[in-house]
Amino acid sequence: MKIVIVDYGVGNIQSLKFAIERLGYQARLTESSEEILNADKVFFPGVGEAKNAMAMLKDKGLDQTVRQLKVPTLGICLGMQLMCQQSEEGNTQGLGLLPCVVKRFESNLKVPQIGWNHFDWVKGDLFQSLKPTEYMYSVHSYYVPLGDWTIACSDYGTPYSSALQIDNFYGVQFHPEKSSFSGSQLLLNFLKL
Amino acid sequence: MLTKRIIPCLDIKDNRTVKGVNFLDLRDAGDPVELASRYAKYGADELVFLDITATHEKRKTLAELVLKVAQQIDIPFTVGGGISSIEDVSVLLQNGADKVSINSAVVKNPPLINDLVDRFGSQCIVVAVDAKKIEDQWKVHLVGGKVPTPVDLFEWVSEATDRGAGEILFTSMNHDGTKAGFANEALATMSKLINIPIIASGGAGNIHHFIEVFKKGKADAALAASVFHYKEIPIGYLKEKLSEKGIPIRLVTKETIQRSIK
Repeated sequence: MKIVIVDYGVGNIQSLKFAIERLGYQARLTESSEEILNADKVFFPGVGEAKNAMAMLKDKGLDQTVRQLKVPTLGICLGMQLMCQQSEEGNTQGLGLLPCVVKRFESNLKVPQIGWNHFDWVKGDLFQSLKPTEYMYSVHSYYVPLGDWTIACSDYGTPYSSALQIDNFYGVQFHPEKSSFSGSQLLLNFLKL
Repeated sequence: MLTKRIIPCLDIKDNRTVKGVNFLDLRDAGDPVELASRYAKYGADELVFLDITATHEKRKTLAELVLKVAQQIDIPFTVGGGISSIEDVSVLLQNGADKVSINSAVVKNPPLINDLVDRFGSQCIVVAVDAKKIEDQWKVHLVGGKVPTPVDLFEWVSEATDRGAGEILFTSMNHDGTKAGFANEALATMSKLINIPIIASGGAGNIHHFIEVFKKGKADAALAASVFHYKEIPIGYLKEKLSEKGIPIRLVTKETIQRSIK
């Protein structure tokens, strides 16, 4: 199985590579469009600010590449947000793979949300053998409201989509590579899709 | 619901954990990677590695240690100690650190916070503050709390927040090492003042202190070293007790631990 991590210049993607290795798989970091399009599983990571990250993705011409993918593709954190239609962060146009709008948390709670949160509910193969009571680690100031594509719901002052799916495109708001046993299980589920 | 975090802190000197550790089942108690994986398996929510060598020559070996930790640890970790430039931060993040904590360098040069946030994002910039209460005034101290400054603690954390810091790691020099509880009053004041997460450090001695720091101190996370290293408070047990007191906490069941330890 060819596993790639889209490397478009955003930080800390080593951790994701290492997490996949701990599960007994090998993943390659790549910015090669050809290699990405030939993969069996694609990880689309992201941390930092939406507008910058989108600009970096476009600079490398990888926005078109990600749009063309037909294999299971997992957006993580900002990666998931960039898969959406639009983000309030820097008023950024996303890839439009998920017809969702990314909003900023507006509550009395602290922003960013940093730490371990569980689910109100989960569904689908990505969450196979994961209970809603399992915790995942997240760091984010922006969120996707609940909608038709939500496959996991968490709550931080407001219920939000902690995971999304449409066809082969999956997105998780949390960092499975940093979420201990539960995160490893989710990565394994994705690799077995 | 978002849970409160329990964070063991490992002091590192020449790539070895410094404070004595009495885990009998560790092959090498001085090996930070082995100690860190043990903490991760037993339910630590995050780890902090504080490099107390932090001289220029040692930077490279710290970066190598960070890489080893990132390869083996599946929870977030922060690296701190002597970080003073964009280059320092860049190397540590590239090697897999999730966050860096910066202390003296940003007190001396506050705009560095903005520069780091612009470059790497708020999420990975933790501003660490050591402060001491002198005649009813909390004053920021530098160099591991040794050098006093005229800077007011609360003004400083507000400024750090405005400049984009993602979290504040506050150590009370009055409480650190006393095992008599955290600086709950100052923590609660800080929590009203700023809208980013606060990690409380200094003073952990027993389970009650952790309950108080979350209930009275309103902290988002509690950091401690010796009570964990000497196994005075096992992390799993601490988390069960906090949960019984109604504090939202991530419990790691024995089942899960068994499943994951081969």
